[in-house]
Amino acid sequence: MAYFDYANGCPVDERVIEAMMPYMTDEIGNPSSVHSLGLKARKALDDAREKVSMLINGAEGDIIFTSGATEANNLAIIGYGMRYKRKGNHIIASSIEHMSVINSCKFLQKNGFEVTFIPVDRNGIVDVEEIEKSIRPDTILVTVQHANGEIGTIQPVEEIGKIVKEKGVAFHVDASASLGKIEVDVERMGADLVTLSSNDIYGPRGVGGLFIRRGIRVQPIIVGGGQEKGLRSGTENVAGIVGFGKAAEIAKEEYKEEARREEKLRDELIARILEIEETYLNGHPELRLPNNVNVRFSYIEGESLVLSLDMEGIYASTASACTSKTLEPSHVLIACGLKHEEAHGSLLFTLGKGNTEEDIDRLMEVLPKVVERLRMMSPLYRKSKGG
Amino acid sequence: MYSEKVMEHFRNPRNVGEIPDADGVGEVGNPVCGDLMKITIKVEDDRIKDIKFQTFGCGAAIATSSMVTELAKGLTLEEALKISKQKVAEELGGLPPQKMHCSNLAADGLRRAIVDYLKKSERMDRIKELGLEKELEKMEKGELDDHGELCEGV
Repeated sequence: MAYFDYANGCPVDERVIEAMMPYMTDEIGNPSSVHSLGLKARKALDDAREKVSMLINGAEGDIIFTSGATEANNLAIIGYGMRYKRKGNHIIASSIEHMSVINSCKFLQKNGFEVTFIPVDRNGIVDVEEIEKSIRPDTILVTVQHANGEIGTIQPVEEIGKIVKEKGVAFHVDASASLGKIEVDVERMGADLVTLSSNDIYGPRGVGGLFIRRGIRVQPIIVGGGQEKGLRSGTENVAGIVGFGKAAEIAKEEYKEEARREEKLRDELIARILEIEETYLNGHPELRLPNNVNVRFSYIEGESLVLSLDMEGIYASTASACTSKTLEPSHVLIACGLKHEEAHGSLLFTLGKGNTEEDIDRLMEVLPKVVERLRMMSPLYRKSKGG
Repeated sequence: MYSEKVMEHFRNPRNVGEIPDADGVGEVGNPVCGDLMKITIKVEDDRIKDIKFQTFGCGAAIATSSMVTELAKGLTLEEALKISKQKVAEELGGLPPQKMHCSNLAADGLRRAIVDYLKKSERMDRIKELGLEKELEKMEKGELDDHGELCEGV
């Protein structure tokens, strides 16, 4: 088998599992309990917080642990918006944000906010000038992802951060796709709120976090017993958070070397796929996550490609959301100016620690045949060939 | 997500291709929504003697196309017109709900191929008898089938 779907599901590092185990068996104290087991659990949370903070240069703020990046994005946008709505009710977002950002913005729209979605170019780079022009006196928040999980494009967040800061507006960066792949430094980004995810860095699923700069307030969106400084109620997922901390510690040590390795595999894979005729790269050719390959094949549809590869033990993902209820293609690819049929023909490969040169050889043995087979079945292909 | 029967038809689709001197051609769908199919038929004594399909689309689109050709082969035109989307889905052991509409368009393709055949053989009486005038009107106007119309809003 060859697995190329790391962005959608990452194995948990064995060292992480080892670190988590005691917190599922013996160290079962509730961090809110005053007894010694409770204190140990509290300390484990603080250690994990410190480790995650170290990975992102987060000394100037705090990490609030959540159930994942989706909740962190909700807390950042809805929580910030609700907290500062008296100051202003305008928010700016890029048009290729994750659905958890887009739908948080839309939630605010329904609650009296105005949202401006900023277009991106063909490669998925957000129009920085347009962001600057869109900032108004009532703008309270700008949200732009660090990198796109689907097309891999890395945004000029430092440049955006400077502009946003000059205007006195808060800046949220969704770094869930970039964490552990490229440097995430909240100071260099000039970010006030940063979304983080555990599974993407080989930590457990169901854990994420939001960096909140000192002095920035958000209104909690989950209320209850007041855990996580009142910003995220509910008994803490101690084992999961410990795992996230350990994964962050490992990532800090190892990600650069791994990124270099994956980048080589990525470039080889892109070059070899593009040898197939009428095949194109989606996303930016250079400003791209080291593990992201997103390509489109004319005349065929992504899901049938994924199913065909699956039959050969190769796991990839469709970039077009054909399985969603609406069957609309990916909003990211459409925002990049792709036609619907082009977006439907896109395929996403995301690399990870387990991938080797042999995986790529195995994929390339199969992929051209699968593409050819589906094209021979497609009426569009015959038409274009004058058949 | 898909039943074993759907996957079996996806892996080994029946009757793929195009009949070169077809008696009837039916095209449905819209690449914009990610599904497009073309059915060609050969008719003898009002029976579907041969049928082939080409499909651009997801797993369900390919499997439903394959299933329709299998069901229709050898049937009289009247019998073939009775093949409904529900029937195709049932024969495949069910389809995910979101695929029922957009990707299950092969029965419509077959219907259009039959109308095309009757039109080409100048049998307007038969078109009327079988209640296919509206379909013919749409085809002549170059109108999209329901599927395409619904997807236009995407």
